[in-house]
Amino acid sequence: MRWLKGAYASLAVIFLMAPLLVILPLAFTSSAFLTYPIPSFSTRWFIELVDNAVWQRSIVNSLIIAPSTTALATVLGTLAALGLRGRVPFAATLRTVFLLPMVVPAVVMGVGMQVLFVRLGLVNSYLGVILAHTVLAIPFVLISVSGSLAGIDRRVERAAESLGASPVRTFTRVTLPLMMPGVLSGAALAFALSLDEVVLTLFVAGPNQRTLARQMFSTLRENISPAIASAAFIIIVGTVVVTALLFLAGRGWQRQRRS
Amino acid sequence: MSHSGIRFDNVSKAYGNLRVVEGLDLDIAGGEFVSLLGPSGSGKTTLLMMLAGFEDVTSGRILVDGALVNDIPTYRRDMGVVFQNYALFPHLDIARNVAFPLEMRGMGRADIRQRVDRALEMVQLLHLRDRRPSQLSGGQQQRVALARALVFEPRVVLMDEPLGALDKQLREQMQLDIRAIHRRLGVTIVFVTHDQQEALTMSDRIAVFDKGRIQQIGTPREVYDRPANRFVAEFIGETNLLAGTVETAENGGTAVSLSDGTRIEGRSPAGLARGSAALASIRPERARLHAARPAEGNALPAQVTDILYQGSHIRVDLKGADGQLTVHLDRSAGEPAVGAPVWLGFAPDDCWIISP
Repeated sequence: MRWLKGAYASLAVIFLMAPLLVILPLAFTSSAFLTYPIPSFSTRWFIELVDNAVWQRSIVNSLIIAPSTTALATVLGTLAALGLRGRVPFAATLRTVFLLPMVVPAVVMGVGMQVLFVRLGLVNSYLGVILAHTVLAIPFVLISVSGSLAGIDRRVERAAESLGASPVRTFTRVTLPLMMPGVLSGAALAFALSLDEVVLTLFVAGPNQRTLARQMFSTLRENISPAIASAAFIIIVGTVVVTALLFLAGRGWQRQRRS
Repeated sequence: MSHSGIRFDNVSKAYGNLRVVEGLDLDIAGGEFVSLLGPSGSGKTTLLMMLAGFEDVTSGRILVDGALVNDIPTYRRDMGVVFQNYALFPHLDIARNVAFPLEMRGMGRADIRQRVDRALEMVQLLHLRDRRPSQLSGGQQQRVALARALVFEPRVVLMDEPLGALDKQLREQMQLDIRAIHRRLGVTIVFVTHDQQEALTMSDRIAVFDKGRIQQIGTPREVYDRPANRFVAEFIGETNLLAGTVETAENGGTAVSLSDGTRIEGRSPAGLARGSAALASIRPERARLHAARPAEGNALPAQVTDILYQGSHIRVDLKGADGQLTVHLDRSAGEPAVGAPVWLGFAPDDCWIISP
């Protein structure tokens, strides 16, 4: 039985990881084609990413857009989760509205945003792309933060008040530290989502706001170069690093509170 | 430090049409230990939550030391609250939990440390000061909660069924500990419980709640020996209730004739009118069994239906003229046989007559 469980788990992991395992080694190929076998290992495609102005630009753009989206979506999603926690009329309906961006097809949202952003003069601007990504990321933050808020016993907050903590101090000293894990994992999700978002970016970004994911998408259509694999490598490493940092930040936060 | 008196003046609480507390008056003296005792839904916890400031008062006034507190937010009321589920801060260690109210009051680090250690010493948990709440047992967590509620020397300490989640042995130990702490610090304590034994053990006075009203307020002896009405008689301890009609009532000496014509004598509060319906309450441990009709006191004929060994006493179930009766006998007393006809005797002083 135990053996079967282990085999099942391994298969599940392989199923999830196989595409990555196929593409990632190609990031280090010396060949000009995105194919196996790999003649010899080289970092030429990473150098290409850094040297080529278009790729370079897209990396910088992603470094602007993803952190901004993360910050904005985390703040707004957290506020929404806190608001929906209280006794709000139509709370269930409001929550559904907040979660809509998860279920509405990205293409539909993209068209809508493009029409709207043209009117607002936000099309082909960084702010436009950041706002578009933020709309998409808020539900993930909302779900993550709501989950950790649901785990907080209201009586613990009441206890803080009875011990002399004003509502503001109850929030900063009790609620916020207890909900922090949810906030940080929401932030990690928002970052990952912005980093690999393509569809909305296609609609609202101009040539100057091409993100790394968007650039990979065009390259796939124009010439399939191993630079894509290198870019994918960067995205994956970037996501893992940021997630790990947010995780460590959460641990550090708790440790600092402990001492 | 003097401790604060509390006054509830015609206090009511309603949720929409549902009235949870109705026109309640209650005075609690400074330094007193008062239990609010009643079944769930009787309004006792709601009253405590209004006193703590967690719930609004629908009408009426709550005064602490003569000052109206209705509109003062919880964090300025200066009351320690102990909850049934402990409500410790899971992200802080034990020392930081206890330090919390002192930090909120802007006390210096050295003072805080000294006070925290003294409070933890009082509940015998100083050695666990660096642990997290999740690493402690339920009893230990509740003692931390107690230290946290006392460390800032609040005017009043409120306890909402604080021992409800603990097992019996631990609960009895904590009852004694809390009593000892109350005696030492002299702080005013309002203690909510549905456990009548707990209320009897711990309180200076007990307020018995039912249906949003106080049915009786008095010392443990008063509510047990002289219950004000049927609800109190039945809720606190076991009792035998016999229905009848008042025959004579004068100066506390009251006679009642039961449905089968038997006349019994007892004591009663003032105000029972001749000819009105009444209930006679006889505690099982105050009654005796006799083989023949006793010469003195009240006597009722009965038949033994069951004998149950209870360790500290023997419980005898009987069938009387008017229904089932129960008697608790000393282990030294002779046991009757099941099915035997006996006489159940009790002194007029042990028969308390109330209106139904």
